Amino acid sequence: MALDQIVDGLSEVSCDVLVIGGGTAGPMAALKAKLKNPKANVVLLEKANVKRSGAISMGMDGLNNAVIPGYATPEQYTKEITIANDGIVDQKAVYKYAQNCFGIIEELDSFGIRFLKNENGDYAVKKVHHIGTYVLPMPNGETVKKALYRQLRRARILISNRYMATRLLKSTDGRIAGAISVNTRTAEMLVIKAKAVILCMGAAGRLGLPTSGYMFGTYENAANSGDGYAMAYHAGAALANLECFQINPLIKDYNGPACAYVAGPFGAYTANNEGSRFIECDYWSGQMMLEFYNELLSGKGPVFLQLKHLHPDTISEIESTLHKVERPTRGLFQQGRGVDYRSESIEMHISEIGFCSGHSASGVFVDDNARTTVPGLYAAGDMASVPHNYMLGAFTNGSVAGIDAMEFADSHDFAEFDAADVAMERDRVLAPTKREDGIPPNQIEYKTRRLVNDYLQPPKVTRKYELGMRRLAEAREDMQERMIARNAHELLRALEVQSIMDCADMAAHASLYREESRWGLYHWRTDFPEKDNENWFCHTLLSKRDGKMTSEKRAVEPYVVPIADDEKDLYDKQRIRASA
Amino acid sequence: MPLASYQTSVPVVVDDAKCIADKGCTVCVDVCPLDVLRISDMTNKAYMAYDECWYCMPCEADCPTGAVTVNIPYLLR
Repeated sequence: MALDQIVDGLSEVSCDVLVIGGGTAGPMAALKAKLKNPKANVVLLEKANVKRSGAISMGMDGLNNAVIPGYATPEQYTKEITIANDGIVDQKAVYKYAQNCFGIIEELDSFGIRFLKNENGDYAVKKVHHIGTYVLPMPNGETVKKALYRQLRRARILISNRYMATRLLKSTDGRIAGAISVNTRTAEMLVIKAKAVILCMGAAGRLGLPTSGYMFGTYENAANSGDGYAMAYHAGAALANLECFQINPLIKDYNGPACAYVAGPFGAYTANNEGSRFIECDYWSGQMMLEFYNELLSGKGPVFLQLKHLHPDTISEIESTLHKVERPTRGLFQQGRGVDYRSESIEMHISEIGFCSGHSASGVFVDDNARTTVPGLYAAGDMASVPHNYMLGAFTNGSVAGIDAMEFADSHDFAEFDAADVAMERDRVLAPTKREDGIPPNQIEYKTRRLVNDYLQPPKVTRKYELGMRRLAEAREDMQERMIARNAHELLRALEVQSIMDCADMAAHASLYREESRWGLYHWRTDFPEKDNENWFCHTLLSKRDGKMTSEKRAVEPYVVPIADDEKDLYDKQRIRASA
Repeated sequence: MPLASYQTSVPVVVDDAKCIADKGCTVCVDVCPLDVLRISDMTNKAYMAYDECWYCMPCEADCPTGAVTVNIPYLLR
């Protein structure tokens, strides 16, 4: 049978812990769950192929947030992330990460992943953040996925590639019961009963449209269409601070990092068209992005990553990292344009919007045990709400999720779900394949994402948002009533559009709810231009209640690490001052 | 409404002379995160069936015979 031909089928399997998403957090969660109880069944479900899926498909150049004894303390890191995130942080989860991440580094080291050491044998940690020192290069960073895969095989994790999860199943008393998925090459449905489920499905990276107009030329791995956010929402889980968008400074048109975290420690810096620095610190924060945005609009743009002043040997070293790992086609791109880092600076631009806790704070709400608000449902990595957690956060919090989920599975039996929920989901999933005539998913996706750019990207204007929501509702109606999928691959895209549409609605709803400006460019509302700590020093939680999208406030938990008054606004002072 | 096909120049190119998909190899098809490569039922060689590329490289890096080349998609080149 030819690939992509639609096959009618529905089967059911069961496992103790189901991990959805085999990128970064997922493999670690699956591994830790299995090691916690080697007799239990752990299934790792992946929309692509675990060997090469997710944000680190081609590896990673280093750790951006390593808390290494002797260089940084958990207290210092917790303080830095709290300040960088404008104070809206439940510190317990960040502090726990900071305490655990060194153990994970040692574990990754035992998997064969190396971390840069100096001549004394100490970790060669670099400074990129405003206050502390946390960046640790990985000399063989291109081998990360291979090393993880070996561990998964050794632990005998059951891997199911090319299955896209579409909805979670719950019992009548609200506990997690499993998930429904569809084979992306045959459209056959698979129901997976599970005692606990861990969502590790990455960022919502296909939300805004890249300025190149190429739909898959996104910053995030384009497979990360926000399916985890949509599934958590429909399962009734709360999502935190979605208005704190992800927006990143990237190589213009290529839309990947330049990357200041690699080049910065060697002396590279962000400069305007006059060659002058205008930001204090290249660490990605909303406040830094606002200065970046202002510079582009001020007439002093374009903005560049400047490294031509460095020694040729230094440039070669930076180049070999940038062109080997994470996004290796950066070299091909620059070569095609005739850009040599020795003589020309790298033109930078602002990315499309997305949700991602890896770099900002927009994620499915989790506590310090990676638990969501649905019993038995966990989340980790870019899609879970622990802010600024990057790759090491995905590994560390994935580990926390795996262990806690297995404890949950060991003390609970399978929850019963209603068979009617499966039938209803099957109808929803397959609907685009049943229509003779209609609109293909790529057109609905393009239009939705174009509307996201036109109406939702900051600065956020209330009137624009209201209009945008009307246009999105029209596109949603087309999607629900008229979208067609002529083969299983098109069905995969049709399902992804539905996640993208849900994320667009959530982005709009969450942004209108928070009536203040915070996190620099991420949530800049022109109708409420000031930070309002009196009314909005809180999280916002978005969830589905009685079928409707609702938002509410949630108090920030008392700090574990106190922040002095004169430290609170350190990240607000990103612009280089003209005089003393 | 009738549908029209839309022409694009695809970024991933396969050298048929080097490709061993006809011997049963499916590595590039297996590893692609966006699942856009297929084996042609006419030539039995791999090709890019869907222009939905993240120019990420696993297909090129993992190909056992060096048959696959990833180019930057035209729109952002």
